[in-house]
Amino acid sequence: MDAFTTHTGTALPLRRSNVDTDQIIPAVYLKRVTKTGFEDGLFAAWRNDPAFVLNQPQYAGATILVPGPDFGTGSSREHAVWALQNYGFKVVIGARFGDIFRGNSGKAGLLVAVVDQKVVEELWDHIEAHPDAPLTVDLGERTITTEGFSTTFEIDDYTRWRLLEGLDDIGLTLRQTDHISTYEQARPGYKPVTQLAG
Amino acid sequence: MAKTLSEKVWDAHVVRSAEGEPDLLFIDLHLVHEVTSPQAFDGLRQAGRPVRRPDLTLATEDHNTPTLDIDQPIADPVSRTQVDTLRRNAAEFGVPIHSLGSADQGVVHIIGPWLGLTQPGMTVVCGDSHTSTHGAFGALAFGIGTSEVEHVLATQTLTQAKPKTMAVNIDGELPPGVTAKDVVLALIAKVGTGGGQGYVVEYRGSTIENLSMEGRLTICNMSIEWGAKAGMIAPDQTTFDYVQGRRHAPTGDDWDAAVEYWKTLRTDDDAVFDAEVDLDATQLSPFVTWGTNPGQGVPLGASVPDPETFPEEADRTAASKALEYMGLRAGQPMRDIRVDTVFLGSCTNGRIEDLRAAAGVIQGRRVADDVRMLVVPGSARVRLQAEDEGLDVVFKEAGAEWRAAGCSMCLGMNPDQLAPGERAASTSNRNFEGRQGKGGRTHLVSPPVAAATAVLGTLSAPADLQEV
Repeated sequence: MDAFTTHTGTALPLRRSNVDTDQIIPAVYLKRVTKTGFEDGLFAAWRNDPAFVLNQPQYAGATILVPGPDFGTGSSREHAVWALQNYGFKVVIGARFGDIFRGNSGKAGLLVAVVDQKVVEELWDHIEAHPDAPLTVDLGERTITTEGFSTTFEIDDYTRWRLLEGLDDIGLTLRQTDHISTYEQARPGYKPVTQLAG
Repeated sequence: MAKTLSEKVWDAHVVRSAEGEPDLLFIDLHLVHEVTSPQAFDGLRQAGRPVRRPDLTLATEDHNTPTLDIDQPIADPVSRTQVDTLRRNAAEFGVPIHSLGSADQGVVHIIGPWLGLTQPGMTVVCGDSHTSTHGAFGALAFGIGTSEVEHVLATQTLTQAKPKTMAVNIDGELPPGVTAKDVVLALIAKVGTGGGQGYVVEYRGSTIENLSMEGRLTICNMSIEWGAKAGMIAPDQTTFDYVQGRRHAPTGDDWDAAVEYWKTLRTDDDAVFDAEVDLDATQLSPFVTWGTNPGQGVPLGASVPDPETFPEEADRTAASKALEYMGLRAGQPMRDIRVDTVFLGSCTNGRIEDLRAAAGVIQGRRVADDVRMLVVPGSARVRLQAEDEGLDVVFKEAGAEWRAAGCSMCLGMNPDQLAPGERAASTSNRNFEGRQGKGGRTHLVSPPVAAATAVLGTLSAPADLQEV
């Protein structure tokens, strides 16, 4: 995973709440066996509507998504994160997120920045008034700034550290193999296994 | 120190704990399916890593698979590639697999309990949000993304920040005709789709204690629909009786040792939850959804709500959008809503007891002429048992379609889908826009309501039917 320190880009306001992962990418698009090519499925049901915010020319090239509360609820599909990344998003700023979506984002290198809904609404107004003005998201400082606007965001320390360092989660855990082996040796014998002998 | 059930199970699985870092938890059972695993196996291959514990891993095929002509190759080439990829990965990495056509194939959350692999006090994960289902056994079970699937395959552990704890106290006797599905739909309408975010919830109280395992599984299954990390129910004699004798259940001295431990898996009397919610079961009635998230539900006897009556602006907007999508108007009685399709199945309500409940309603009656009813057992074993009991004949004689096992119409990923504008009463778990097919409209219901709705063609309870 590439390290994430700061990102500067334009933003896109998605004034909808409860955008579940089925809306981010419908199931019919989940059949690929790679992590790429999911951008066509992003918000597929809404993309046909010329008025949908993703189709508005002033937001073309935006790399920061600012949705309403409870974004990424529902299905665990990490394809939702890949679809956002494949489309070009690097950061999602919002007030509340589905737990699994937030976890998946941290693993896949998409920064989820949590702010109050009041800040989201200020950001929406600001972006709509100045769609060309880039935002800078600084993970080290936990700040979001643009001309005439500045705020801080929340992210847990561990995810922040991993993103800043660009660390491979599995590599980190494999350093603990001795602990895992010790745990395995002490597991009770009645715990089931998936393949029966004979 | 006094502990809650979830804290006991958590603490028993900590491999490593360090200040300022999430705990490293051991995973007892990792269930794998075709949709969320190919990129994880690819990652292992690229890094040259093996699956650490194939003996604690089990794969099956459910999301993509058709429920007709299952002896034929899967017609959709992209679905077929995904299923074939799982089979190749299972063979390459030594993971046991129950493939389409095997008697042990089925929806991943149906087969774990059926085989006796899901047991109290375990940690269970799967790349599927409805993994919360397994919490009905007093297991800590939650859905994970593909990066975490790869992590579990490689290490049999997960790094996890400790969630908060919540008690959901549900007390009182359920009125006639009210099922576990109605309980959980009413709960979600009360707490909202984000009400459980950050919590492992424990369902407690006399209503829960009196539920069968199937009912408990239905409730825990929908924990994710109100945002909870996991849902759990303390194991008791009902749990032990369900597990005993199943293929992977402990036997002999192992059984005694296991039960002795399982009996300790109860929240201590003086333990404190971070939050509590109460629900009075005696006040419940059959519950159905009108909107596009599982929290947008009302009693069947109520009417479609007026968005203007919601106090929050965000809820008013969401309700207006939902009514537009659903093709409904405020004030319309729920019982007047006509459906085109009834879907009985899924990891929420695809177990044998669900099929029995629906068959009991539909026996001797006919599915309405303009309604299509799909009955999809949750697993091949559930299908076989239902056929042993003659339930297939009941459904077929009523005019319903008796299908092979799989996720089917719960999600629009296999041939079983709604057409645009088509309306379904569905025993599944999500009424999201397009969930059952692009433009499809979903009302979430219990199995008895599904069966009664199939007969009358409008959203109905069994009590609405004439005697036969």
